[in-house]
Amino acid sequence: MITVAAGKGGTGKTLVAVNLALSLQRAGIETLLVDADVEEPNDHLFVKPAISQREEVSISVPRIDEALCNRCGECSSFCAYGALATTHDRVLLFDDLCHGCGGCTLVCPTKAITEEERVIGVIERGHTAGGAGFMQGTLEIGEPKASPIISAMKGRLDPGAVNVVDCGPGTGCAAMTTVQGSDICLMVTEPTPFGLHDLLMAVKMAEVLGVPSLVVVNKDVPGDTEVRRFCAEHGLDIALSIPFSMETARLTSSGMNLVDSSDEWRRLFYSLYERIAPMARSGGGLP
Amino acid sequence: MKQMVVLSGKGGTGKTTVTAALAQLLKPVVLADCDVEAPNLHLLLSPQADKSFALKVSRKARIDPQLCDGCGACAESCRYGAIVASDPFKVDAFSCEGCGVCGLVCPRDAVAFFEPDGAEVYTGTTPYGPMVGAELAVGEEASGKVVTRVRMEAQLLAVDTGLSLVIVDGSPGTGCPVIASMSGADLVLIVTEPSLSGLHDLGRILQVAEHFGVTAIVCINKSDIVPELAREMRERCRATGIEVVAEIPFSEGIVKSLRRGLPPIGNIPDDVEEPFVRLAGEIEIRIGSKVG
Repeated sequence: MITVAAGKGGTGKTLVAVNLALSLQRAGIETLLVDADVEEPNDHLFVKPAISQREEVSISVPRIDEALCNRCGECSSFCAYGALATTHDRVLLFDDLCHGCGGCTLVCPTKAITEEERVIGVIERGHTAGGAGFMQGTLEIGEPKASPIISAMKGRLDPGAVNVVDCGPGTGCAAMTTVQGSDICLMVTEPTPFGLHDLLMAVKMAEVLGVPSLVVVNKDVPGDTEVRRFCAEHGLDIALSIPFSMETARLTSSGMNLVDSSDEWRRLFYSLYERIAPMARSGGGLP
Repeated sequence: MKQMVVLSGKGGTGKTTVTAALAQLLKPVVLADCDVEAPNLHLLLSPQADKSFALKVSRKARIDPQLCDGCGACAESCRYGAIVASDPFKVDAFSCEGCGVCGLVCPRDAVAFFEPDGAEVYTGTTPYGPMVGAELAVGEEASGKVVTRVRMEAQLLAVDTGLSLVIVDGSPGTGCPVIASMSGADLVLIVTEPSLSGLHDLGRILQVAEHFGVTAIVCINKSDIVPELAREMRERCRATGIEVVAEIPFSEGIVKSLRRGLPPIGNIPDDVEEPFVRLAGEIEIRIGSKVG
């Protein structure tokens, strides 16, 4: 399992994940491209997959039977997330705060609490035009928690394939859920103070999860020494450099892929894979 | 006091650049960097630190190996797969959400809870007004709670200093940290870019703003990269009654000032400053018109 992460948004995670997956598939390697940026999934715009399976992801949330509830307050005092409040005449539930732990159901002495499923997103699976496997998750609008969808997707990885996982930005809950268990993280950065600051945060996050990182520099500037000095200082290897050009920016903005634009790019992404292949085939992250 | 939050859906569209420019043009304002998972505003505004404090936002379970007899009741009840069935049983702290169910069901009372430091929240002074930000502890996941606290500190600063506008630099996405930075705001400024991803994500973030009942306006950054997509963006916004209040063309000058760690205004050519000035004016009109 290869995860493509960054910390900072917009550095080119989707670009790297999609082009890496396509170059693998074209080399005849069994590949599953996984878009785990469930808040803003965009890989589909570039690989235009045919979706064959769609399933909903839900969490369990409590429902309170007011006829049985004696407003003892056990549930609201147990809830660690402030999702329940006991007033003099009823118990209020704040759906958005509920993590679905089931604790309130367990502590209720009058069995007034049952659980029902609340849909928080969907997982779609299918294939790209070239035949690579494709999976994406999408979080419902207004839903705060992305991690249950990401966890469910990780339970559906393909043990027979190289799984290329596009991680969302950030270093919090969603990113950590994605990176945990990966064999390796490709960290995509750009040569700006922003890119480097967030690169370091993301590398440290991967480190506490025990996942090694390699750097991809996107929008690279010829002669720029800053990013190389920074990586050398922090013991980070740069595995690939993608130079800045308006042509590349226009191409990717319009939904086209580098590996379709030239054989040179296909070769470069494939050699990126060859470099990380020994690490990426250990089966980490698989159920 | 009014609060404006800068969001984008897609990352890397220019939220922080636009926030920094608006701070320069609308000063004095209170600034809140609520992209706590990848904070960058301080790199352009260089705040002088005034004070900071440690914030605890998470609770984690720990199993006492002396008391645990390996009955497995905790693992059966945990909905997050956070109990590792080793001998003795252990808690995977990254998966644990601190709900307390394992402690509730443990017959031997072997589970205790602790609260790791989640973030260092700081307030500082910039040439454009006070600023609040946070440094997330490595491995801390609950960024939404940190966002809420950063916003609260910014509001307190606004009250203390008598400033009338808080500008919140938000994070990409639509999930927990975004919702925490948007709820209760007076205005959402969406900074987007004319790419297929930008267009797709603009649609989602506009729905989030609508879901939470916050008025949204749009600024198209790098507007000349793919003119056809910029046109489509304008048309879609018009069709849904969303105003595109400014368009900023791609400029080497902006990239250079960012690479030097400098905020845009005063460091880019005059003609590139012009759309930022127009944007600031549009915001003043909207924030001002809401007063009283």
